[in-house]
Amino acid sequence: MMTEIRKIVLPGEVLGDLKENKPSYGTFEENGKIISKFLGIPKESRGYMSVIPLSGVYVPKRQDKVIGFITDVEKFGWIVDINSPWQAFLSLSEAVDEFIDFKKTDISRFYDVGDIIYAQVVDKKRGDIQLSMKNPMARKLRDGVTVKITPSKVPRLIGKEGSMINTIKEKTKTIIRVGQNGVVWLSGEKVEKAIKAIKMIDEKSHIIGLTDEITKLLSD
Amino acid sequence: MGMKPKEKMIVKGKRLDGRKPDEIREIEMKVGVIPNANGSAQVRFGRTVAIAAVYGPRPLFPKHRQESDTAIIQCRYNMAPFSVEERIRPGPSRREVEISKVTRLALEPALFLEEYPETVVDVYIEIIQADGSTRVTGINAASLALADAGVPMRDLVVALSGGKIDGTTIIDLCGKEDNYSVADIPLAFLPRKGEITLLQMDGQLTPDEMKTIIKNVIKAGKKVYEKQKEALRKKYQE
Repeated sequence: MMTEIRKIVLPGEVLGDLKENKPSYGTFEENGKIISKFLGIPKESRGYMSVIPLSGVYVPKRQDKVIGFITDVEKFGWIVDINSPWQAFLSLSEAVDEFIDFKKTDISRFYDVGDIIYAQVVDKKRGDIQLSMKNPMARKLRDGVTVKITPSKVPRLIGKEGSMINTIKEKTKTIIRVGQNGVVWLSGEKVEKAIKAIKMIDEKSHIIGLTDEITKLLSD
Repeated sequence: MGMKPKEKMIVKGKRLDGRKPDEIREIEMKVGVIPNANGSAQVRFGRTVAIAAVYGPRPLFPKHRQESDTAIIQCRYNMAPFSVEERIRPGPSRREVEISKVTRLALEPALFLEEYPETVVDVYIEIIQADGSTRVTGINAASLALADAGVPMRDLVVALSGGKIDGTTIIDLCGKEDNYSVADIPLAFLPRKGEITLLQMDGQLTPDEMKTIIKNVIKAGKKVYEKQKEALRKKYQE
């Protein structure tokens, strides 16, 4: 069966003229032309030309909600692995509301190595990333399993106004949480089926009519 | 170099393997051959086969090697002990250290490394079968692997070798031609702007011959560029 795929551009490919569009994410300008930086899917909207990469690492942005793994406990906070080229830091004041006496308290009773957290990126300066648990959505994720997908495909996994992720949630009766960093946390009845669907979205994000295929996979 | 060939390298306008002087060998490129790497590719030029894997951008340690405003590239070119007729000692030799460095310098201008400060992009190139022009085959594989890894790039990097043998300028040297050529030139460039990122020469040439070879290599490089584009697209066409 021939599947229809979206248009794919390559690094160095000319996407258009600077007079028509402005260069946005994944592109750069050179001699009045807009050129792609990535192997990805081009997108033109409201006078901006962007390219969504089909692979790559997660680059943190302020306000992003991410799923992280605690890798180390320090005196005033925690080191968190957020699936990006840089480590993140969760400071004690951003994590706990009550007063802590350092002399008496071992802060690993709040979060310990191996814990999974859903947190928000509050600050990013070069390689220094600060996390916060003050967002109402932020919490420790207990039990469940995690899978990693390509970070640039997270919007595709969520779908328009959450359509794709809600379909998976309903059909497999699982609780799913998606971090902008490409880490997905699942818990519930048919976790394996949900993982299969998520992996399929990751692999076939460039195919037209993916929603139908996912619905078909889930109804089997 | 300097060695005297036992046979004529060009007979009636045909080379040892039956190619014309300006003909490249059969090329095969495959993207995504190593699932655990961020990006990978296998490239074959005739009987020369190279595999490249890219990991990163990822954290760089020891910390004193980090650059505060840019990522760095670590490149390793390695020839497998079984890649040539006589087994070579494993481990980086003088030659391999040099080629690792020139490969790194050939790739660097194509990348937007300033977007990932304090990190490293690791490029590993393994030559599993060698029959001349291994460094350019390695650079082609690395270029594909970098694009596959999603590292932001200005352009793909295309590499091809040229040279002179029996008084004729040729391109894409095979192993025997490499050994007995008067001169050989590995060359890498960014095809959109035609910027040269690697140019080495071994042997003796007149300035005019040099110019001709560079011109021919860049002209034939367009074919290699098309192959690269085709290989990258093919990964997503199933």
